[in-house]
Amino acid sequence: MQQVASFAVERTAYLDADGSSVERLPAFAGDRDELVRLYRSMVLTRTFDAKAVALQRTGRLGTFASSLGQEAVSVGIGAAMRAEDVLVPSFREQGAQILRGVTLEEIFAYWGGDERGSDFAGPREDFPICVPVGTQAAHAAGVALAFRLRREPRVAVCVMGDGATSKGDVYEAMNAAGVWRLPVVFVVNNNEWAISVPRSRQTATKTLAQKAIAAGFEGEQVDGNDVIAVRAVMERALALARDERQPRLIEALTYRLSDHTTADDARRYRDDKEVSERWKAEPVGRLRGFLVAREWWSKGDEEKMLAECAREVDAAAEAYLARSDQPATAMIDHVFAELPAAMEGQRSAIAALGARAGGEGR
Amino acid sequence: MTALTMVEAIRDAMARAMEEDPDVLVLGEDVGHDGGVFRATEGLFERFGEERVIDTPLSEALLAGLAVGLGAQRMRPVVEFQFDGFLYPAIDQLVNHAGRLRNRTRGRLSCPIVIRAPYGGGIRAPEHHSESPETFYAHMPGIRTVIPSTPRRAYGLMLAAIRDPDPVVFLEPKRLYRAVREEVADDGEALPLDQCFKIRDGTDVTLVGWGASLARLLEAADLLAEEGIEAGVIDVATLKPLDAATILDAVRRSGRCVIAHEAPRSYGPAAEIAALLAGEGLFSLLAPVERVTGFDVPVPLPRLEDHYLPDAERIAAAARRLMGYR
Repeated sequence: MQQVASFAVERTAYLDADGSSVERLPAFAGDRDELVRLYRSMVLTRTFDAKAVALQRTGRLGTFASSLGQEAVSVGIGAAMRAEDVLVPSFREQGAQILRGVTLEEIFAYWGGDERGSDFAGPREDFPICVPVGTQAAHAAGVALAFRLRREPRVAVCVMGDGATSKGDVYEAMNAAGVWRLPVVFVVNNNEWAISVPRSRQTATKTLAQKAIAAGFEGEQVDGNDVIAVRAVMERALALARDERQPRLIEALTYRLSDHTTADDARRYRDDKEVSERWKAEPVGRLRGFLVAREWWSKGDEEKMLAECAREVDAAAEAYLARSDQPATAMIDHVFAELPAAMEGQRSAIAALGARAGGEGR
Repeated sequence: MTALTMVEAIRDAMARAMEEDPDVLVLGEDVGHDGGVFRATEGLFERFGEERVIDTPLSEALLAGLAVGLGAQRMRPVVEFQFDGFLYPAIDQLVNHAGRLRNRTRGRLSCPIVIRAPYGGGIRAPEHHSESPETFYAHMPGIRTVIPSTPRRAYGLMLAAIRDPDPVVFLEPKRLYRAVREEVADDGEALPLDQCFKIRDGTDVTLVGWGASLARLLEAADLLAEEGIEAGVIDVATLKPLDAATILDAVRRSGRCVIAHEAPRSYGPAAEIAALLAGEGLFSLLAPVERVTGFDVPVPLPRLEDHYLPDAERIAAAARRLMGYR
């Protein structure tokens, strides 16, 4: 008998839970401004999430998926991507979206039930949030195939949760990425819970990263609560995808400190003690510890930044709340490039309903 | 002009579209070297190369999702599914993404894709190879469902589907692939989508159908003509958006309507057309609306298939029943 295949999965981490470095740091970690940018992005994301939950609890926003505790994953992704790359997100990547230029007001609008929230003024080619789990993986493969056919040095980045890795769609997309050597990076935000189903019941594999092996490319793990590590690993993966046409799967190990969404109550299935234990490893305090230890960050800096983030989020929330609704006819005006004649009657009916409600019907 | 079969006409339309627009791609299982299991892509690989005629893994959910990603990047993928029965895994992508990407981004991203599949019964095929699932696609918002019934219409409608800025599900009646030849000018002229075609005038009864049923309707019209019954025939062609005006106009003249399809009866497209006539054509009707359809059963295997598929005799019988109403 001979061994015909074998694999290894590596894990990258730079900071331990209190922010001390355990590895030689990547070069960008010597740049205070870059680390402060990452730190501020995580804080802004956390401030945004808290506001969104508060708005939902007071009836001013729809169901919302917080990224509490997982900010380093999406901020690390957003910080490493280039503007011309395309983000194909799931529904917990607001940190990356914000860094890519999606406005806080747009994200509020989306979760507030307004389609205009997905008409990003910033990253025009990024995909909107994807709700049906894992279905976005094929879109990322399609986007990457377009890049490859046009010989464009761009990368599609697909983000999904741990639960998504159980879906056939995700395997189909990864398999194609392997066959065609597509410039795509799949990132699994492994926050250990798919609503109430823990990671251990999602799959028997030791890692989620190794799911890439079956598709013919490398998978690796990264400490998803270490934004320096996420950024570094993403940067490497993006370069390999861009320059060498190597797709890659990155499993970011993190933890969902919040409920699945505001419609969920995690206490029904998850021990509070587990959650408080995991708070000790959360990403924001970790990077702050690192910055403070280097004397790159003071109490005054912290207070100033917290106030700035709060102001920015509050202003976006006010702008969102002050928005007027789209006319009722907006529901039919974007279904096709041009309204088919057969739908004109339905459009008139919608316009009449809009007018009845006192809105701008047409 | 050359006399072409439907499958050749479809191939020529794809080639023409690829010639005129470098963003048009053909993807699917076995579409490359093999030229497609029905040979609909024969010669395209040799002519346009492996970057425009792309053999994919055996991966139907991927195929539709891939098209969404390509479409969002302004490519125009024409995706072949090998058989109607293998199109079901794509429904998730079609209903959740292709049909709504434009709407949910308020026009920022769109999905100019064509999903092709051989469809329908009548060729003594194995299980899952004789489905008529048009209702599913016709029910999805944001998607056009187009079914040609002759080589010429296949050519013109396929060109229109590829050039259309929105997703089109293009179902090709496989029993017609090689059934007849027709002169087809490869002139790049598209036929209009969203329009029914009036094939034959007739003042006594209007026969409505699409795809492989069209030939059955015409046979029935001939049978009826021998009995002095003048039957008009309409090829629906685009099931959705449905050209109600053409159907209503014809039925207003005849007062009678028979709708035929291979798809199962309940909630089938004939029910939609019957509802249209009840809602907007009621006072023109001289008789109830008749539906000649498949039954609410899985398509039978070949030995019972002929009892399932609507034929000219069933259609003519329905028309005769209607003539009994004065």
